[in-house]
Amino acid sequence: MTDTATSTGTSTRRLSTAKAISEAIAQEMRRDDSVFVMGEDVGAYGGIFGATGDLLGEFGPERIIDTPISETAFIGAGIGAATEGMRPIVELMFVDFFGVCMDQIYNHMAKIHYESGGGVNVPMVLMASAGGGYSDAAQHSQCLWGTFAHLPGLKVVVPSNPYDAKGLMISAIRDDGPVLYLFHKGIMGLVWMAKNRRSVDVVPEEAYTVPIGEAKVAREGTDLSIVTLSLSVHHALDAAEQLAADGASAEVVDLRSLVPLDRQAVLESVGKTGRLLVVDEDYRSFGLTGEIAAIVAETDPTMLEAPVARLAVPDTPIPYARPLERFVLPTTDKIVAEAKRLLA
Amino acid sequence: MTDDVRLSRYRQMVRIRTFEAAVLREYHADKTPAWDIGAGQIPGEMHLAAGQEPVAVGICEHLRPDDAITGPHRPHHLAIAHGIDIDKMMAEIFGRSTGLCKGKGGHMHLFDPETHFSCSGIIAEGYPVSCGQAMAFKREGRGRVSVAVAGEGAANQGAFHESLNLAALWNLPVVFVIEDNDWAISVPRSASTSVASNADRAAAYGIPGVRVEGNDVDAISEVAGEAIERARSGQGPSLLEVHTVRLWGHFEGDAQAYRGAELEALDERDPIPAYAERLKTAGVLTDADVTSIAEEMSSEIEAAIEFAKSSPEPAGSDALDHVFA
Repeated sequence: MTDTATSTGTSTRRLSTAKAISEAIAQEMRRDDSVFVMGEDVGAYGGIFGATGDLLGEFGPERIIDTPISETAFIGAGIGAATEGMRPIVELMFVDFFGVCMDQIYNHMAKIHYESGGGVNVPMVLMASAGGGYSDAAQHSQCLWGTFAHLPGLKVVVPSNPYDAKGLMISAIRDDGPVLYLFHKGIMGLVWMAKNRRSVDVVPEEAYTVPIGEAKVAREGTDLSIVTLSLSVHHALDAAEQLAADGASAEVVDLRSLVPLDRQAVLESVGKTGRLLVVDEDYRSFGLTGEIAAIVAETDPTMLEAPVARLAVPDTPIPYARPLERFVLPTTDKIVAEAKRLLA
Repeated sequence: MTDDVRLSRYRQMVRIRTFEAAVLREYHADKTPAWDIGAGQIPGEMHLAAGQEPVAVGICEHLRPDDAITGPHRPHHLAIAHGIDIDKMMAEIFGRSTGLCKGKGGHMHLFDPETHFSCSGIIAEGYPVSCGQAMAFKREGRGRVSVAVAGEGAANQGAFHESLNLAALWNLPVVFVIEDNDWAISVPRSASTSVASNADRAAAYGIPGVRVEGNDVDAISEVAGEAIERARSGQGPSLLEVHTVRLWGHFEGDAQAYRGAELEALDERDPIPAYAERLKTAGVLTDADVTSIAEEMSSEIEAAIEFAKSSPEPAGSDALDHVFA
């Protein structure tokens, strides 16, 4: 690990992921005048999912800027400000809303550095909520990170816990290129939504970075590799506990970013366990699960003792009714079942 | 307005036209016998701005070198008027490694950090970016402005309207310019736009809107100067629509059958000979000046062509560079 935080051993302060993100932003804003935040309801409300909580009071409306519902204009404005030396953090409230502003994201934010032959930098963070599990249905529950990761020029960061969320946000702000920072609502530790028990955890008070592009082994194991990210990391860790009770040792790899993708971490884990289960809350086809399987297939398929298994949304929109949504999302029960099938 | 200013406007318009004519010549030089858009020393789409020189010159003479301007898919006139390095721009159009963007951008994606020039091939999507440049300038407090230019087809895009609202709401130092050349490729504005003047749309956002008829660089300069000064002095954005003319096709290879009889009278609408005549009548320009300016510009542009042609092509594997900063 190359995380810059000193040991968390002495610190016992616990933060929700949302507060960890807003603390990261606050610390960078104190350090660097060029950092500012804009988006819908980021000011007095503090961000619908709390990522900009408590920032308005300290930094004021000149640096914590509520925008009209006008994503093309304000994401484009973030790009223009970034090309002229600012470091904007722009919130797209739900990643599902990318449809109204995608041209700015993929034709401008992602491409200007390349098109300019490296002459123009776009040091900008675009953060957005992602994910389902609370019956918000087809237009407010998608993950979509695979869609963005497919398009060249964007780093795509997907934290799973408060510690990583803070360190990855600081890395994203300091990055000289555009970073898409996608937080799953289920990792934020919100008081108004069921949350996983690790969404409030120890976070060092000082500023620190978590490098973008390095996966983390969230739990070590020997029989099976569960490669996943974001909220699904928690389902996988819960599943690994159940499997351990049955005598199976599952390793959980938290990718933490899709771009860059830590291919080596996947290979090291699968090289050790010989079995690969990829779990993703994004759509199944043409996405992350296939990409992870391809890494192994292209490198050395003989490291596998069983075919690769994939657990992802079965290429349907996210439905509303609770039994329907539970059917399509990867859950702890499904991970346990798939793991047992692989190990049989 | 002094004689020097008018002479300077004439010279700049001739520089732009000479550039466009040279690109036109080189573009078509080796696409025969079977015309192939992807073949030859300049491949790909080519959108030239002959006829629209007065807009670029009338605006850019009010810009400081550190002001920003964003153009659309038809960008050369604006880039030249804002002082971009012509050799590097030509080399970029030829896809050479000495180009402005090392051959990665091409003629629709020109970026120059030195002059803060940029453009976008996506209609109207330069307007939001220009708002952000203006945000940075406003915060910086040195009086810099940004100018966003696109065609009349862009005024029906959401990005245009969102940008006007945002700029007005935040009192940004930005000037929005619409180059109305009557045609969005083959669709006339009568078939695309619900109002006779896009300048009327400024009222919806509570900002000044002016339409300039006549494609006259002096008239354009006067109105643009006011709008830019307004932005520079902190009084906020303006919208300026200029009725101009596209003398050539939407892109090279466009047969323009859709323009009908209009095509025959296009030469009469060329703004450069008209301006030359006016300056001659005013005693500012002589026939000898016209010849010597043409020769001077030709020499400058041919040197750029030579620079481009003698520059190396990028190595194929350079494609892997600059994906990330």
